[in-house]
Amino acid sequence: MIAYTEDQPTIYERSKPGRRAFVAPALDVPDHEVSELVPAALLREHEAKLPEISEPELVRHYNRLSRRNFDLDSGFYPLGSCTMKHNPKLHERVAALPGNAALHPLQDPRRAQGALELMWRLQHALGEIAGLPHVSLQPSAGSHGELAGVLLTRAFHEDHGQQRTKVLTPDTAHGTNPATVTMAGYEVVKVGSDADGNVDLDDLRAKADEEVACLMLTNPSTLGLFDHGIDEIARIVHDVGATLYYDGANLNAIMGISRPGDMGFDIVHFNLHKTFTQPHGGGGPGAGPIAVSDRIEPYLPRPQVVRREETDGSCFYDLDYDRPKSIGRLRGFQGNYGVFVRSYAYIRSLGAEGLREVSETAVLNANYLMARLRREGVLQYLPAAYERLCMHEFVLCGTPMKRELKIRTLDLAKRLLDFGVHPPTVYFPLIVDEAMLVEPTETETKETLDRFAETLAAILREAQEDPEVARGAPYTTPVRRLDEAGAARKPVLRQPL
Amino acid sequence: MSTYTSVTPEDRRQMLAEIGVTSIEDLFAEIPAALRLDRPLALDAGLSEVEVFQELRALAARNVSTEDELSFLGAGMYDHYIPALVDSIIERSEFLTPYTPYQPEISQGGLQVMFEYQTAISELTGLPVSNASVYEGPSAVAAAGYIAKHTNSRTRFVVSRGVHPHARETLRTMSHGWGMEVVEAPLHDGATELPELDDTVSAVIIQQPNFLGAIEDVPALTAAAHDAGALAICSCDAHSLAILKPPGECGVDIAVGEGQPLGNRLDFGGPSFGFFATTEALIRRIPGRIAGETRDLDGRRGFVLTLQTREQHIRREKATSNICTAQALNALAGVIYLSWLGRRGFVELAELMLKRTAYARERLRAVDGVELVHEHPVFRELAVSLAAPVDRVVERCRRLGINPGLPLGRDYPEHEDALLVAITERRTREDIDRLAEALGGAVAAERPALQETHA
Amino acid sequence: MAEASYPDDLLYHAEHDWARVDGEQATFGITWYAQDALGEVVFFDPPQVGAQVSKDQSYTEIESVKAVSDVIAPLSGEVIAVNDALSDKPETINEDPYGEGWLVRVRLSDPSEVDSLMDASSYEASLS
Repeated sequence: MIAYTEDQPTIYERSKPGRRAFVAPALDVPDHEVSELVPAALLREHEAKLPEISEPELVRHYNRLSRRNFDLDSGFYPLGSCTMKHNPKLHERVAALPGNAALHPLQDPRRAQGALELMWRLQHALGEIAGLPHVSLQPSAGSHGELAGVLLTRAFHEDHGQQRTKVLTPDTAHGTNPATVTMAGYEVVKVGSDADGNVDLDDLRAKADEEVACLMLTNPSTLGLFDHGIDEIARIVHDVGATLYYDGANLNAIMGISRPGDMGFDIVHFNLHKTFTQPHGGGGPGAGPIAVSDRIEPYLPRPQVVRREETDGSCFYDLDYDRPKSIGRLRGFQGNYGVFVRSYAYIRSLGAEGLREVSETAVLNANYLMARLRREGVLQYLPAAYERLCMHEFVLCGTPMKRELKIRTLDLAKRLLDFGVHPPTVYFPLIVDEAMLVEPTETETKETLDRFAETLAAILREAQEDPEVARGAPYTTPVRRLDEAGAARKPVLRQPL
Repeated sequence: MSTYTSVTPEDRRQMLAEIGVTSIEDLFAEIPAALRLDRPLALDAGLSEVEVFQELRALAARNVSTEDELSFLGAGMYDHYIPALVDSIIERSEFLTPYTPYQPEISQGGLQVMFEYQTAISELTGLPVSNASVYEGPSAVAAAGYIAKHTNSRTRFVVSRGVHPHARETLRTMSHGWGMEVVEAPLHDGATELPELDDTVSAVIIQQPNFLGAIEDVPALTAAAHDAGALAICSCDAHSLAILKPPGECGVDIAVGEGQPLGNRLDFGGPSFGFFATTEALIRRIPGRIAGETRDLDGRRGFVLTLQTREQHIRREKATSNICTAQALNALAGVIYLSWLGRRGFVELAELMLKRTAYARERLRAVDGVELVHEHPVFRELAVSLAAPVDRVVERCRRLGINPGLPLGRDYPEHEDALLVAITERRTREDIDRLAEALGGAVAAERPALQETHA
Repeated sequence: MAEASYPDDLLYHAEHDWARVDGEQATFGITWYAQDALGEVVFFDPPQVGAQVSKDQSYTEIESVKAVSDVIAPLSGEVIAVNDALSDKPETINEDPYGEGWLVRVRLSDPSEVDSLMDASSYEASLS
C-alpha cells in the first residue's frame, strides 16, 4: 500500500537560498569574464529559479514522492492494452554495463560492434516472432512505430505512382491509430465491428477502394478477441492494392503460436515496453520497432543495422545509410538502445519455448480470471462484452451495474484503489459502453487472480448495500478524487516562482 | 529458462477446469489452423540468468565507451557527469515500474515530479508552458513544426543548416506526409543567414548554439521570422540556457531541445527525452502529456494529467500529436539533475564549460595545421579544420587513446577535413592539452600526403 | 442543468444543436442531451465574427475533460456575435444551455432552411 499520504511540498517549496548539492570542480583554465566570451546582448540577465537544496533533502523529497505512487513491483496491475508484466531485474544490470551505458551514439561503428551486433540479433529475433524478415529498431514508441508504418505505406504507393488519400482503422482502434494517420497526412475512415467483435467484412468491402492506402488492425483486437476473418480481411485489402498494418500492442497473446506475417500483414510494430518487459517508467521510455515484408523493405528508415561480409570471410556490423528509397529519419541517432538491451536479454532468457509459454500463460490467466469472475457473480453486473473465449485480455460492460447498482465503471475503478490494486483500463475500447478492459498478464499467480475476483465481488456487494461508498471512493489514497474539469479550465502547469 | 511465470502443473489443471476446457490448445481454437505456426520459433533456446549475463557482458566488452578512451565526441549527446543520486532514485520501483498516471489518486509521486519538471523547463527556457517530455531532440523539432503548420496553415519551413542534421532530416521525413516544403537557410562563416521570408513561411527553425558550436543571434533571427508572420522555433542546448538569454526572452514561440545532457546516459543514442516549451497562445496545441495542479474533494492540493483532449486517447484523429508513451523516467532523471545542480550550480557548471571551451579554442587554433572553422563565440563545442585527411588524423589519435571528435565531412561536405570537438566538465585542462598535442602530432605526420595531392 | 429539457420555442438539429430564430437572425447552441454526453465543459473557442457557417457543417468545437465534440450549424449564415463570456466560464454551457450558454448569433443566408429542422417534441422523440 502507499506509504506517504500527507501532502508533500514541491522541491521549490523545500528550497532555501544558499543551500546546494552540487560543487563545481575548481577552475583549471584561465579565467575570463563571461561578458568577454559572449556578447552582452545575448547574455541571460536573470538566473533560472532552479531549486536550492542539499543532497539529503533531495533524497528525502524523491523518496517520499516515490512512496505516493502505486507501482507494478508492489501490486497487481491488470491495465488492459498495457501488458503490465514483471520487469526482470537482470535487465537493469546489463543496461548499466559501461560498454552499453557510456557508449556514444556517434562512436565509430567499428568500435561499437557489441552494440550493433546486439541490435542486429534483436532485429532477427523480432523478425522471426513477427514472421516478417526486415526490421527497423528506430521508432521511439508504439505510436512512433505506427507513424513509421503509415509513412512507409505512403512511400510504397508513391514509388508505384499512386497518390492515395485514406487509411482505414477499426472503431475499436487505440487512439494512437487515428492520430497517427492524421499526422501522416491521410484521412481516417472508420470500419465497424460486427456483433461478435470482429471487423465487419461488409463494411470493409464497402470502404476498401483504390483511395485506401492502408488498413490498420490489431489482432487479437483491443477487445481481446482473435479476428476470425483475418484471411478475408487481408484478401480484401490486398486486392485494392493497399497495405495491411499490424498494431502489435497485443502480441503477448500469440508469440510462437501465430505470426502477423503469416496472417498477411505487411508492416508490424512491436511495443518493447509491453510484450518485451521494458519498464514503463511512469510514462516511458519505450520503443516501437517495426518489421516489414519484402515489398516494403526499401523504404525502411535510415540508418539500418546491417551485417557485412569482409573479404576474409569474417563479418562486421554496420549502420547503412545508403538507402535511396528510405523514408529518411524519424529521430536522432539509432533509437532507444537502452531498451534494446533489456528486450534482447529477455528474448535470450526465454528462447523459443519460453516465449510461447509466455503467450499460452497470458491467455490462460485471462480466461481463468474471466471464469473466476463468472463464478463470483461479477459477470452478472459486468458481463463480458463478447461471449467467447478471450485471448490475453477481455472487456466487461458495466451497463447492468450502472442500471441496477447505481455505480459506474469509474466508481468501481476508484473503489479498487482502496484495495491496493491498480484498476483495469476503463472506458476503452469506445464501442463498449462503460467498458473495463482487463489484462492480467502471464506473470501473475493464480492466487492473485482469485483475490482480484473476490475483491470485485466484494465491492459489488457493498454497492448493493450502499452505492455511495464506491461513488465517493477512494478514501485511503494520498489524495481523493481530483477536480479534473477545474484543471482543464484554468490550467496551472507550473509553480509560480 | 525462466519465463517469470508461476503456473504449476497443478495450477494449470485447476485453471483449465474452471474455464471449462481440457487443454491450453483449446484456448487457441479461435485461431484457424492455417494460421497456426506449425514449428517452434527459429530462435535459440532460453538461457539461465548467469548465461544471459555472460553473453551481454561479452557484447558490451566489444564497445569502446567513454570509459575506455578520452572522448571529445558531442554533436547532440554529451559525456557529462551524472550524480549517483540520479541512479539511486530512478531505479526505485515506484518510479521505474508504474504506467502512465491515468489514476491520479495513486500516482501523485509521478505527477508531482512532472509538475516540478515542467516548472524547471519553463524557468530554463523563459516560456510559460512546458509539457512533461517528448521522445528526444530531433523529433521535438518536427513536432514543433507540426504545431506551426496547424497554427498558420502555411506551406513552408525555413530551417537553418546549423540545426542538427538528424533534426533537419527528421523534419523532412515528417514534412513529406504533411505536404510541407522544407527550405534550408545556409550558414555564412558559421552563422545562419536567413533568405527573404514571405507569407508562405510557416516557421523559421534555428539551433542555439548551432551544430558547428556557434552562438547565434537568436533575437535577430526571431524578429525576422515574426516580421514575415512566421513562428520562431529554437532547438536549444539546455546547459547553455544558464548563460545565454533564454528563448522566451528572445521572442521564440516554441523552444525544444535534446534532454540527454541533463542527467541521462549516452546509451548509444537513447532513450533520452526531448523538452518542449511554448507560449500561452499555443497551450492547447502542445503535444504530449502535461501535469496540472488542482484540488481533491477535501481541498488537498493534487496533480493530474490535464488538457487531455489534445491527446490521442481522446481526440484521436484530431490530436495534436500521437504520443502515448513518452519519456517520463528520463525526464525525471533530468529534473533530479537540474535540482542537484541547483540555481547557482547550474550557472557555475555552465561557466566552467564556457571557459574550458574557450581555452580549448585557443589551444587548438595555436596548433600548426589546425584552424577554426568560424570566429563566433562558442559555449561547449567548436569546429576545427585540419590541414590533413581527417580520417587518418583520427586514427592516429585513437592509437593514443583519444577520440578527438566527430568528422564533419559526411554531414557538411563543405567542411571536409574538419572535426567537431565537444568539451564537458569531465574534460580537464590536462585532457585538452593532451588533445592539442595529439592533433598537432597527427596533423604533422599526415600532412605531406595532402600536399602531394595538391601539387 | 440537472433535468433534461427541450424548450418549445426552439428548433432542433439531429446533431444535438438548437436554433432560436428571430426574423433574419438566429442564435445557436447545443442541447441538454449534448452537454450531458460531453460532461463538464472546460473550453470553447468561438469562430470569428464575420465567419461563414454552413448548415450541417461543423463550425467550432467544445471540449470537456474527457471528450471533444464538433458543433454542427443547424442553419447557414454569417456570424455576427459570439458569446465571449464562455471563455471565462465555459461551464455555463452545462448550467444553462439554452440561455446564458448560447454560442453564436448568425445572420441567416437562407431562412427557408428552418423547414428541415425539428420541433421540440420530434427532437425529444428522436433521442429515445
